Amino acid sequence: MRFLMTVNGGGTPPDEQLFAEMGRFVEELTRSGVLLATGGLDSGTHLVSSGGSIALTDGPFAESKEVIVSFALVEVRSKDEALELARRFWTIVGDGEGDVRQVFGPE
Amino acid sequence: MTADTAAAHRAVEAVWRLESARIIAGLTGLVRDIGLAEELAQDALVVALEQWPTAGIPPNPGGWLMLTARHRAIDRIRRNERLGGKLGQIGRELAQAAEAAEFDAVLDTEAIDDDLLRLMFISCHPVLSADARIALTLRLLGGLSTEEIARGFLMPEPTIAKRIVRAKHTLADRNVPFEVPPPADRPARLASVLEVLYLVFNEGFSAMAGDDWMRPALCTEAVRLGRVLAELMPSEPEVCGLVALMELHASRFSARLGPAGEPVPLLEQNRGRWDQLLIRRGFTALLRAEQAGAPGPYVVQAAIAACHARAHTAAETDWPQIAALYQVLAALTPSPVVELNRAVAVAMASGPAAGLEIVDILAAEPALATYHYLPSVRGDLLARLGRHDEAAAEFRRAAALTRNAPERVILERRAADCAQSR
Repeated sequence: MRFLMTVNGGGTPPDEQLFAEMGRFVEELTRSGVLLATGGLDSGTHLVSSGGSIALTDGPFAESKEVIVSFALVEVRSKDEALELARRFWTIVGDGEGDVRQVFGPE
Repeated sequence: MTADTAAAHRAVEAVWRLESARIIAGLTGLVRDIGLAEELAQDALVVALEQWPTAGIPPNPGGWLMLTARHRAIDRIRRNERLGGKLGQIGRELAQAAEAAEFDAVLDTEAIDDDLLRLMFISCHPVLSADARIALTLRLLGGLSTEEIARGFLMPEPTIAKRIVRAKHTLADRNVPFEVPPPADRPARLASVLEVLYLVFNEGFSAMAGDDWMRPALCTEAVRLGRVLAELMPSEPEVCGLVALMELHASRFSARLGPAGEPVPLLEQNRGRWDQLLIRRGFTALLRAEQAGAPGPYVVQAAIAACHARAHTAAETDWPQIAALYQVLAALTPSPVVELNRAVAVAMASGPAAGLEIVDILAAEPALATYHYLPSVRGDLLARLGRHDEAAAEFRRAAALTRNAPERVILERRAADCAQSR
């Protein structure tokens, strides 16, 4: 089962120590064979498609709390395992918000 | 059980699944007996199940389980020492070490990595039958329950349970050391580990529509264990090669069966359903394997799988390259099955007549006498050469030999088509 763990903006700004701890966490996930992909995201471009026209708005946007700034795609055996990994992640990160959602397909 | 307790139990269970291999590995490093190590780890799990629902999950749950199990190990060893048991010597060393041990030292990642690698080698030790190695590896390294292993392999649970118990006894009786094998033994011992992972993978890959979900889950577990092993032994080409092969095959998992559960041949698969993420991971692993040293059979098979993965349509497949790789594979591991696959690639690269030449040599091969793929390939080549009567006979022969019902239907249909094309 694949899960996408996402982190919203507006959390604790990372310092050097956090980067190091995150590095170790990512390494641990890689070593245990569950991490498929991970990355950070810029503020991006917002798209609205309406009545056949598509409007683009460049970020950054006011409510950074609603925007995903990084993600990790993990392959685990149950949702509980994904939640446990997310719990560890947030223990390292501190304050902030994010989601854990199951990814379907291509199966 | 309240909802909260149930949630806590599920969380404990998840931690166990994620951590049990490392805990058992670390404990085996201490007590030198995988049966005892597993028992101690289970004891720690029981304590966690009692305490965590009320006290909450500790910040480092894996470390907590490891420390708890380690304390139990030390208690057990001291008791054993008083009784004059053989754990005495270890006990004295350990008691001294334990007094000095800091939390971090107990959780020394590198030391546990070494123990994890030793655990892989001992679970896959050649004194055990392949079946025993598989069951023990999934139990100890995969953290799967006997019930899950049984469901995965369509076996009764007591059979698997017995296998695991017997495997542990064999390892103890034969005094199999808990070690990474010395260089002289390493190629053979590593081959034994890789074989186990690939057998588990193929068992999962053969899952049919409607099978218990535990069967396809075996694929995921085999790939995951392969990835773990590749991190532990990054300089072994065949480890990365097997990981590449499994990632690439796994990428086709959902395309391999049709809507009625019938197997879809590689060239007819909907490539849009191939998992591009796994394909990319497969390419990366293959690159690592090729950089690590001389390619072995897994690397070459992964290279063949990569040729298919690179082709956006079946027509774009680089058949001359695949035929050349099969030649390399045949030199590494001579086998009529490899030769038959080479014939298929040669036929695709240079025409059906060239392929048929190789197949006709194989027709006398006793090892392939009941292998349905031989007449099936021969029938296909004959049909492409316009020799429909002979082709129909071959397809009928293949249909009679296959044990896969949906495949039999396809082969019978091809026989009928050939008969009509006369």
